Amino acid sequence: MFAIKEARFLAQDIKLFRIEAPRIARRRQAGQFVIVRVHEHGERIPLTIADSDAEEGTVTIVVQGVGKTTRLLNMLEAGDAVCDIVGPLGEASEVEGIGTVVVIGGGVGTAIAYPTAVAMKQAGNHVISIVGARTSDLIILEDEVRAASSELFVMTDDGSYGEHGFVTQKLQQLIDQGVPIDRVLAIGPVPMMRAVAETTRPAGIKTIVSLNPIMVDGTGMCGGCRVTVGGESKFACVDGPEFDAHEVDFKTLMQRNALYRQQEQAELAQIADDPDRCERELAPCRLQQQHPEVGQRVGQTTD
Amino acid sequence: MAEKLPPKERMKIPRQGMPEQDAHERAHNFTEVNLGLEVAAAEHEAQRCLTCSDPKCVGGCPVGVQIREFVDLVVAGDYLQAAAKIREDNVLPAVTGRVCPQENQCEGACVLGKRFTSLAIGNLERFVADYERQAGQVGLPERAPLTGKKVAIVGSGPAGLSCAGDLVQRGHDVTVFEALHEIGGVLVYGIPEFRLPKDIVREEVDNMRKMGVDFQTNVVVGKTVTIDELMQEEGYDAVFIATGAGLPRFLNIPGEHYGGVYSANEFLTRVNLMKAYDPDEYDSPIYDCRGKNVAVVGGGNTAMDAVRSALRLGAGNAYIIYRRSREEMPARAEEVHHAEQEGVQFMNLHNPVEFLGNDDGYLTAVRLIKMELGEPDESGRRRPVEIPGSEFEMPLDAVIIAVGTGANPLVQSTTPDMATNQRGYIVADEETMRTTKRGVFAGGDIVSGAATVILAMGAGRKAAASVHQFLTTGEW
Repeated sequence: MFAIKEARFLAQDIKLFRIEAPRIARRRQAGQFVIVRVHEHGERIPLTIADSDAEEGTVTIVVQGVGKTTRLLNMLEAGDAVCDIVGPLGEASEVEGIGTVVVIGGGVGTAIAYPTAVAMKQAGNHVISIVGARTSDLIILEDEVRAASSELFVMTDDGSYGEHGFVTQKLQQLIDQGVPIDRVLAIGPVPMMRAVAETTRPAGIKTIVSLNPIMVDGTGMCGGCRVTVGGESKFACVDGPEFDAHEVDFKTLMQRNALYRQQEQAELAQIADDPDRCERELAPCRLQQQHPEVGQRVGQTTD
Repeated sequence: MAEKLPPKERMKIPRQGMPEQDAHERAHNFTEVNLGLEVAAAEHEAQRCLTCSDPKCVGGCPVGVQIREFVDLVVAGDYLQAAAKIREDNVLPAVTGRVCPQENQCEGACVLGKRFTSLAIGNLERFVADYERQAGQVGLPERAPLTGKKVAIVGSGPAGLSCAGDLVQRGHDVTVFEALHEIGGVLVYGIPEFRLPKDIVREEVDNMRKMGVDFQTNVVVGKTVTIDELMQEEGYDAVFIATGAGLPRFLNIPGEHYGGVYSANEFLTRVNLMKAYDPDEYDSPIYDCRGKNVAVVGGGNTAMDAVRSALRLGAGNAYIIYRRSREEMPARAEEVHHAEQEGVQFMNLHNPVEFLGNDDGYLTAVRLIKMELGEPDESGRRRPVEIPGSEFEMPLDAVIIAVGTGANPLVQSTTPDMATNQRGYIVADEETMRTTKRGVFAGGDIVSGAATVILAMGAGRKAAASVHQFLTTGEW
């Protein structure tokens, strides 16, 4: 079991977790991900590492509750634990000597883009960030991204915060203004990443996207995460997760991500409006309830 | 306890059949197909052994199990001692009794087989291992005094487990690192429940824990930690790499991205490790095979495991598509036989040339071409040759590609001073299992390419002997 040291919501259905995983924290680089299994009967899901602290031995992940597994995960609190976490997996982001980089985060993708923005800045690049969401409540990690960027633009689809519009509109503006952009990194929903790719294609700006297809092992063993890049089959878990956006076949990616939609909806229906079932499934993760001594060890009283 | 019969009498006893679940019934469940020999049948079978003074069977066994001795103990009715005798050379008797291709190994070498039918060594091995487990009195070997030497084993499949078992017996401090969340490698993700119940693997692993082996799951060596870190920072004196041949091979034909196209690794991992066959209890999904046309491409054990799994998941038609003929099939004879009994349809001498799909991205059909056998190729088997103009389409909802695996590069790519061959497998001496990096040994599929459980175990044993020698002499 891997103990959760911190758990807090950043926005509705979007939760940040700091999890004790010293080996992963020590080796993790920006762009890499972990695979998490919440409980013994759960599935394995890939989640990009948002941050890590080698000293403290923790990694941070940001989870949007969409399917059954992510919703269950988001019910966990500090002091609970997840059954398995393995990583860091995938190749690290390329950050050295790029120049001016536009980092784009859409929705929860901001949490995935954030560590790469930090690494890009540390490597001496000029980082312009564009963060977008549907509405103001869904903008996350704004201060963190601001600190990692030379410039930050916040966009909302409904204009409730920042500028009104899509991230691609801001990107187009920058291109039109003649801002010399050496690279774009876009992370978010697949339609957003595809739209970014189409925005930069005419300008010939190298664009990188981080893909999050369905995975099982995350080590190259199953091939379930294969994506078509430049007409070739690549495994996102070991060849990626970052790929050249102008080469990615987004249509196939979306179709493959929808493979288990029926089963996913059935699973979701199982837990919807059934908090007892959720708690039953999560019982093994509730360490303090089962083993009060664990709470004492981290310096809390249980009487 | 029974007296040994005179040789002539022994030869009159027919080989005792393995009781099995009815084929129609078992085709719909994941419980074990073979039920195991009854005591009387095991005694009868053991009586058939001619107790050769120079037993050929032992030479046919990659780990050198003392077959004559254990079979004698079965005749004597001392099943626990018989199991302990096997354990001296084989840490996983309940596993190998079920999955070894005995017909090519011990039983293939058995003298009885020349005139009659060979002794059912595998069935007897399984019998005593199951007896021992059910009796709850596992005869674990004595552990030598502790040496204080630390060994890291990378991978918890058959090669890793076998090496760990031998090294812990010799008093070394052994840690096994596993990338997945469960110990056992191919035994838990690859081989289905109906052929190898996972409780058996778990109990064998528990036995090894009792012997002192430390198991660490969720560690991807090459990612979570490197070989150099293990040796320089974590104080391991030697490393044995047994990561298996984990990279799935696809056919590289059009349409492999369609939904419903799986590698055997993915399909079997979902079914076995993630227990997708039990959706009420487990969350991992798998293609809903119920009433569908499902084909498996390939003719090995993995192909048989996949096609029989698809059948059990409710496939309306389950096909094997194999480019050679039945004679060239590398699968264990029993698996092919069982698959036929269960209703798997064999399309031998066929090969896919393209997968076809619909606008939603799902597979709908396969375009096949007929094959014929030509001259023998480098494997000694007759080469399959396409028959021009014989292409046709067959409706298909799901297909599982089981045409072999390649070397997973994760460990090698982070261990630059360890040599690999052109295909990415680790270069290791055949006898000593030493790699080109001091203190690092490798064996099993990551050296040989995809083989069998028992060959991997044999490699693990060899490596253990060599690691032990290195640790005691310090000589490389």
